[in-house]
Amino acid sequence: MTGALSSRKLAVQLAIWALLASAPYWMPPLGGYTALGTRVLVLALAAMSVNFLLGFTGVLSFGHAAYFGLGAYGAGLALKFLAPSTPLALVCGMLLGGLVGAALGWVIARRRGVYFAMVTIAIGQVFYYIAFQWSSVTGGDDGLRGFSRQPIDFGAFKLDIVSNSQAFYYFVLVCFALVVAIMGFILRSPFGRTLIAIRENERRARFLGIPVDRHIWLAFTLSCFFMGFAGALYALLNNFADPRGLHYSQSGDFVMMAVMGGMRNFWGPLLGAAVFVVLQDYLSSVTVNWMSGVGALFVLIVLFFPRGLLGFVKRGSQA
Amino acid sequence: MSAQPRAKVLEVANVGKRFGSLVAVNDVSLTVARGELRAIIGPNGAGKTTFFNLISGFFAPSAGRIVFEGRDVTTMPAHRRVAIGMARTFQITEIFPELTVYENLQIGAEIAAGYRLRPWISRAERSAIRRRIEEILDLSGLTGKVDRLVGELAHGDQRVAEIATALTLRPRLLLLDEPAAGMGDQETYAVTKLIRDLHRAGEMAIVLIEHDMRVVFGLADRITVLDQGALLAEGSPQEIAANAKVQQAYLGKAA
Repeated sequence: MTGALSSRKLAVQLAIWALLASAPYWMPPLGGYTALGTRVLVLALAAMSVNFLLGFTGVLSFGHAAYFGLGAYGAGLALKFLAPSTPLALVCGMLLGGLVGAALGWVIARRRGVYFAMVTIAIGQVFYYIAFQWSSVTGGDDGLRGFSRQPIDFGAFKLDIVSNSQAFYYFVLVCFALVVAIMGFILRSPFGRTLIAIRENERRARFLGIPVDRHIWLAFTLSCFFMGFAGALYALLNNFADPRGLHYSQSGDFVMMAVMGGMRNFWGPLLGAAVFVVLQDYLSSVTVNWMSGVGALFVLIVLFFPRGLLGFVKRGSQA
Repeated sequence: MSAQPRAKVLEVANVGKRFGSLVAVNDVSLTVARGELRAIIGPNGAGKTTFFNLISGFFAPSAGRIVFEGRDVTTMPAHRRVAIGMARTFQITEIFPELTVYENLQIGAEIAAGYRLRPWISRAERSAIRRRIEEILDLSGLTGKVDRLVGELAHGDQRVAEIATALTLRPRLLLLDEPAAGMGDQETYAVTKLIRDLHRAGEMAIVLIEHDMRVVFGLADRITVLDQGALLAEGSPQEIAANAKVQQAYLGKAA
């Protein structure tokens, strides 16, 4: 029944982690490179954070890039002005995205449907313009530069994630695994089930005694913390924070990844992000209009696989 | 059953609800005692469902007072009314169609246990929840369908699953909006039996809206009749059956 993982699900999990863990070895022969894998992980984490709301709470945020971008600036500013510490940068990015998300979510969570999406876009754009205009702090249009991720000091040895891209990949993979585990854990808990209840039938959820607005707010806040963390990783990956990372078109990309991969599937956004990033990488070396290619694929997927690439995987309640 | 004077569970005093110029419910009062089964009947458009929506907090009344177990709940949000012991079902079944019967009941049972905000659940707590669910499955006759998606069940079973989900909350007042709506004879018999069993267990007050008079007269301790938003009559089933005004309200509409 519910509860324990079925053997099939366990096999899928193992396969996914094995693929991710061995990526630096099988990607180069296939024409990829390690940093591309890192990019997939980071953007997948962001898409999964969006999907925590979209696929599992049933509310669509179209402005989540704001919290992603805040995470990136938080990490960058921490490295630049606070201390040269990678863990500190991650914590600062996560806190900035999460706390701002918590404050704004209080207002946003009272809206539903189209209004929810519109308010998230509007608020997201506010942060985009702040990042764009406030040059003295954010670097304005040029973005935030002049910081760099630092080696991780374990006392006995230092992990060089600065010049060794493979080491950085594994560092990001561990971060990814940690956050994804927390997400999965929450979704399988009583609190997680109240979110699914809200997605399935808000009226029934309310008349089972769930204060719906407050639970949506909590889900929004959690999702913004995850998002801030992903944004911080993104800043570490690029040693750069870009105001365009807060733009609503970036939010749209995250939603696209989730929908392409399958938003009802926990792993859907990972697949969606992989397809998106690899396609972008390949097409952008061919044409500047790479987005047309991604867009065409998106349309095809929505038309022929309305539940996303992983949508055909039946939810196994027993199996 | 209980020898001591019956405590009042629900007291509704002079409630009214207007939508613009439409008066949907006008000055209706009613008192329900613990363990009582009260039926609310009336022609279509009499304001029965609106009245339920006022009691359960779906919207606030324009006038009057609603008291549950001595507590004024007139302006209390719906989810808090549920938390203090009022549960309801809907005329059009409100369930989680893409979840299994077990998962539907699990959500209710975990909320009732106070785990709503818990990001984890221990093994012991999980099995206590499971026992509670099995108890309700047994009571409602859904045991064999526990792993089916509720949306794939027959209509009658979906309605029963909704009642079962409400029961996981251990309500002291259960509001059922047309529990037998759209059911065949056999399904009606099954849901009637379920409600009678709940009633006999004694601790829960049940208020139901129903059009099927076999169900109403077979179950109710007392009957309240609404017509055009107002209270037309209240009494025992015998009194209501003999009431000339009630007969006129029903016959007057039939044509």
